Amino acid sequence: MAEVAIVGAGQTAFSRQCGVNIRELSFEAFKEAVEGVDVAVKDIDASIVCSAPEYDKQRSPASLISEYLGLTPKPTFYVETVCSSSTTGLRVAWSMIRAGLHKIVAVIGFQKMSELSSRDAAERMGRGGDIIWESPFGLTMPAGYALYARAHMAKYGTTEEQLAKVRVKNSHYGATNPKATYRKELTLEDILNSEVITSPLKKFDCCANADGASCIIVARGDIARRMCAIPIWIIGLGAATDTMSMAGRESLTGLRCAQEAARQAYKMAGIRPKDIDVAEVHDCFTISEILAYEDLGFAKPGEGVKLLEEKQTYVDGRIPVNVDGGLLSKGHPIGATGGSQIRTIVRQLRRQATEAQVKAAKIGLVHNIGGIGQYGNVTILGR
Amino acid sequence: MGFENFGTVTFTTEAKTADFINYLGAGKVMATRCKKCGATYFPPRLDCPTCLSSEVEWFEVAGKGKLRSYTRVNYGPSGFEADAPYILALGEFDGVQILARLSRDIGENDIEVGMSLKVSPLKLPEGRLAYEFRRA
Repeated sequence: MAEVAIVGAGQTAFSRQCGVNIRELSFEAFKEAVEGVDVAVKDIDASIVCSAPEYDKQRSPASLISEYLGLTPKPTFYVETVCSSSTTGLRVAWSMIRAGLHKIVAVIGFQKMSELSSRDAAERMGRGGDIIWESPFGLTMPAGYALYARAHMAKYGTTEEQLAKVRVKNSHYGATNPKATYRKELTLEDILNSEVITSPLKKFDCCANADGASCIIVARGDIARRMCAIPIWIIGLGAATDTMSMAGRESLTGLRCAQEAARQAYKMAGIRPKDIDVAEVHDCFTISEILAYEDLGFAKPGEGVKLLEEKQTYVDGRIPVNVDGGLLSKGHPIGATGGSQIRTIVRQLRRQATEAQVKAAKIGLVHNIGGIGQYGNVTILGR
Repeated sequence: MGFENFGTVTFTTEAKTADFINYLGAGKVMATRCKKCGATYFPPRLDCPTCLSSEVEWFEVAGKGKLRSYTRVNYGPSGFEADAPYILALGEFDGVQILARLSRDIGENDIEVGMSLKVSPLKLPEGRLAYEFRRA
């Protein structure tokens, strides 16, 4: 069976308003991804375009982006699992290469959220729930995660101050990331004193809507070795789902989709949580990072905050997490986010991080969640 | 008739479960149960994915439930601006869970995870219908 590797990874700076259109945004990420890779655009034999719909007037953006990147007449199509779209795209790319259909595939993620007002964006996200039974009550994405936060606090005694410490860490690293929307280091007081959006989550417990694009170039192993100095191997893939409705959730103290995706990815890679050297997790809210520690097996259920308070998820800790600042600092351009997380791990494993570099990192993990835990993708990479 | 007047904002109206609205108008919050396998559903559905059967019966979500979690939403999305702040909660009843708002009679400081709840029909302005959680 052919091995599959990532040969290039790029992203734009993430920002509140990018001032360009989606094709130009995608081009910028594509350009960074192919830089330093020995590949001609004509050799990329398929592309997968990943995004959440309804932010653009443009219907069927895959064709538009394929044209602008010079990828026609090669096949292209659109993949969507909201916030986890681009790691779903990566999974599809892996499958197409393993199946022998294609040799080199570009996975492009994008989102230009500034096309909408933030209230309208919140309305779109609310419709990312069950539109007959739950959206009519005013369910929002932050409100869904707030239900998890409150339940975690009730069961384990987690405090708002402990949640804020996730942002303290991530803002510390985000301050050094030139691609991040927010590069200001925040104190515990800044976070605890920020306005309550949906209790117990405050403004600084939440990531921001952003514009941005990412691009991952994936290739069959034998070709990958010729194309770049350090191919980054896809060694574990996991994907799972949970109910669209909140009413269908069995647990409110962990994301079942993430637990199941992690189980699959560890099994495929033949490794255990303690073998991970560096991780990117989907910290769309501070509570999300705590849930991720526990769902990925970095900490036992209820002990995620302990891992954080002992600074084990800082760059010198046992398992550094989101040392690029995470979604909380970078911003969260839905379709681009998973690709950005992958890019960070690729750079960590190649020892190219310009932000905090984890020493001698060999195995990295990406945890990318769609919606309020409706979709979960866990990807394990190795050098 | 379907879900034209359900909740604060309607996104789609037609459904085989439109009887839910008739029951709601008559003062009852109903769920469904598959007649073949006995699985219970809220949101109610007329199709059982286990049996691939559409032989279901309605039953009332009566009696006490408990609060699993809640959040006070201070920032309503488009269409909900006038409603905010409101408290969304997930309630657990015998065989089903329901997402709804908590009655405005209950202040945020009086809420506790695990507290007893009942679900009650609620008439909104302009003939709209919903349901909410009240103390039980």
